[in-house]
Amino acid sequence: MLKDKDRIFKNLYNDNGSDFISASKRGDWSNTKEIFKKGKEWIINEVKLSELRGRGGAGFPTGLKWSFAPKEVGSRPHYLVINADESEPGTCKDRDILRFEPHKLIEGCLLASYAVNAHVCYIYIRGEYFNEGQILQKAIDEAYENKVIGKNSSGTGWDFDIYIHYGAGAYICGEETALLESLEGKKGQPRLKPPFPALIGLYGCPTIINNVETIAVVPTILRKGGKWFASLGKPKNTGTKIFCISGNVNNPCNVEEEMGISLKDLIETHAGGVIGGWDNLQAVIPGGSSMPLLPKETCDTIKMDFDSLVAEKSGLGTAGIVVINNDQDIIKCMARIARFYKHESCGQCTPCREGSGWMWRMLERMAKGEASKDEVDMLMDVTKQIEGHTICAFGEGSSWPVQGLLRHFKDEIKKRNNFNPIVKESKNIPYLVDQHLLDKNA
Amino acid sequence: MTLRKISKDQPERFEFDTKNLEEVKNIIKKYPEGKQQSAVMSLLYLAQKQNDNWIPLSAMKHIGKLLEMPYIKVYEVATFYSMYNLTPVGKNFIQVCTTTPCMIRGAGKIVEACKEKISENENELSKDKNCSWMEVECLGACINAPMMQINDDYYEDLDKEKALMILDDIIKGKTPKPGSYRGRINSEPENNRKTLLDVKNA
Repeated sequence: MLKDKDRIFKNLYNDNGSDFISASKRGDWSNTKEIFKKGKEWIINEVKLSELRGRGGAGFPTGLKWSFAPKEVGSRPHYLVINADESEPGTCKDRDILRFEPHKLIEGCLLASYAVNAHVCYIYIRGEYFNEGQILQKAIDEAYENKVIGKNSSGTGWDFDIYIHYGAGAYICGEETALLESLEGKKGQPRLKPPFPALIGLYGCPTIINNVETIAVVPTILRKGGKWFASLGKPKNTGTKIFCISGNVNNPCNVEEEMGISLKDLIETHAGGVIGGWDNLQAVIPGGSSMPLLPKETCDTIKMDFDSLVAEKSGLGTAGIVVINNDQDIIKCMARIARFYKHESCGQCTPCREGSGWMWRMLERMAKGEASKDEVDMLMDVTKQIEGHTICAFGEGSSWPVQGLLRHFKDEIKKRNNFNPIVKESKNIPYLVDQHLLDKNA
Repeated sequence: MTLRKISKDQPERFEFDTKNLEEVKNIIKKYPEGKQQSAVMSLLYLAQKQNDNWIPLSAMKHIGKLLEMPYIKVYEVATFYSMYNLTPVGKNFIQVCTTTPCMIRGAGKIVEACKEKISENENELSKDKNCSWMEVECLGACINAPMMQINDDYYEDLDKEKALMILDDIIKGKTPKPGSYRGRINSEPENNRKTLLDVKNA
C-alpha cells in the first residue's frame, strides 16, 4: 500500500477543509515563487522527468504536450484549458479534487500556464457539478484575495486569470476539441485534427488542454521533484493515481494508490472486497465505461497501469473501476452502457450516430434472448464499422465495451439467443418488413 | 443523439430581469473582446433559472440579440445540450442516474420511487404541478451510487425507502440535506478506511 507521506491528495475525503488556510497548511502555495524562479524550461523538464501521463484517459505524456506550445508568444495569446467535464460512467475522481483540493488545481493551473506562456486559464466544469463549481469559484476568489493569482501572481510578476465555464450535460465535451467548440459557444462537436489545439485551439490560438488530476499533481511534483514521482509506480507508468471503485463492492470509494497496483489488491484492501466474495466476481470494467471489460481470470492477476491493461486489450482510461459480480446480468449491463453512448453521440459522423443506436438495440434484444445466433457476429461487424471511422475517439469508446463483451462472453450470448429468423406464416406479424424471411413451406 | 422537442406553448416575450442583466455583463467579461458568443451557455442557463427551469424560444431570441449572434446559433446550442429544458418541467426537477454503475447498485428502485411519488411517466408534472422527474445518464457520483440530483443538489447512497423519504420532503416544500444518506463522509470507504488515518484523527 502507498505510504501516506507519498500521497498527493491529502484531503481526498475532506478531513480538514478545502479553504485557503487549510490548503496552505497542507503545503499548497508554500514556495510558488521559488518554483517560478527556476524557469519555464526547468518546469517542463521536471514534468518530463516525472514521466507523468495525462489522467484524462488517453495517457499522453504531459511534459511532451506542454513542449508543443510555441516557445514565444506571437500575435495570438496562449490559453490553458482544464478539462473538468468528467462524465465517463464509473469515474468521479475530478469531483473530489474540485470539492476538496481546489487549491492544488489552481496552483497547478498557475504553474502550467507559466510553463506554456498562457495568461488566461478556463476551467470547463460539467454543468451538473454546480455545487463543486461554486466551491472552486470560492477557492479562486480566495486565491485572488491572497494575491497568489491575478496581477503579479504570488509576487512573480506573472499576470494570470482563471475563469470557470460550465458545460450543460454533454459527455462529448470531454473530448478536447469538442470542449473548445463548446467553450466558443457552439455545439460540442469535435474538430478534425490536425491542426492540433497546441497550435490552433481556443479562438484559433495555441491552447494546452489537460485533465484536472494531471494539473493538480503538478505542484507536488515540482516541490518533491520529478525523480520522486518517477520512483513510484512502474517505468513509463509512474506516480500515483486516484482510483474510483464502484459497483458490486462492499465499500465503494475513491482512493489514491500507486500505479501498477494489482486490481485484486485494490478491491480487497480498499473497497472491502466484492459482494459475495472474490469468487462471485464476474467481470470488471477497469477504466471507465469506454474500456473493454476484463473477465475474472484476468482480474486475478492484472496490474492497474496503462501498459499492463493495453496488453490485455483493455486500458486504464480514467481508472474508474466498475465491479460486476455474478448477481448481475452482464449483457444487460453492457446494453445500458450502449444506451449511454447512443444518448451521448454528438451526431456528427454517421458511423457513430447510427451505429451507437444499432449496438444498443441489438444488445437490448440479446439481453432478452430475442436475437439469432448470426446476429452476434453481425454485432461485432457493426462495432468494427464504427471503430476508426469517426472524427474523434468516441467511436472507439462506444464500440470497445461491446467488443470486450463479445470477446469474453460470446458463449453466454449464444446460449441465451436462439431466435430463429425464419418466420412461420401462421405467426402473422403484420409489421414484418423482411418478407423474404417468411417460411414458404410452412 | 437524443430527441429534443420544443414546447408547443411558448410565451410571447422573455427578457432578463435587472439582476440577471448585471450577471450577464459579468459573464461576458470573462471572455476576450469580440468573443462574447462564448457566454451563450451560461446565459441559457441563467434564462432557464429565471423562467421556472425551462427555456422558451423567446429567451433564445433575446440571448441572440444580447450576444449579437444569429438566433439559429443559439437554438443549435440550446437543442444540443441535454441540461437545457425546452419544455416546462417541475419547479423541483429530479434527475435519477441509471447508467450502469448506478444500475447495478439498484437505480431501478429509485425510478420506482419516483413513479410512485411523482408521476407514472418521466417528464410529466406531478399532481401539484411542482415536481417532475427523468432518467439521466451518468452524473459522475458513481462511488455514491445509486443517486439522484434534485435541482442543484446530489442525494447519494440511496435505497428505495430513503428516496421515498426525500421525495416526500420535496413534495412538502422542504429541502432535505444533500449528500450521502448512509452517513458516510463523502467518498471515503465506509468503515474500512485504511489511508490518511493521521489526518482523520488529527
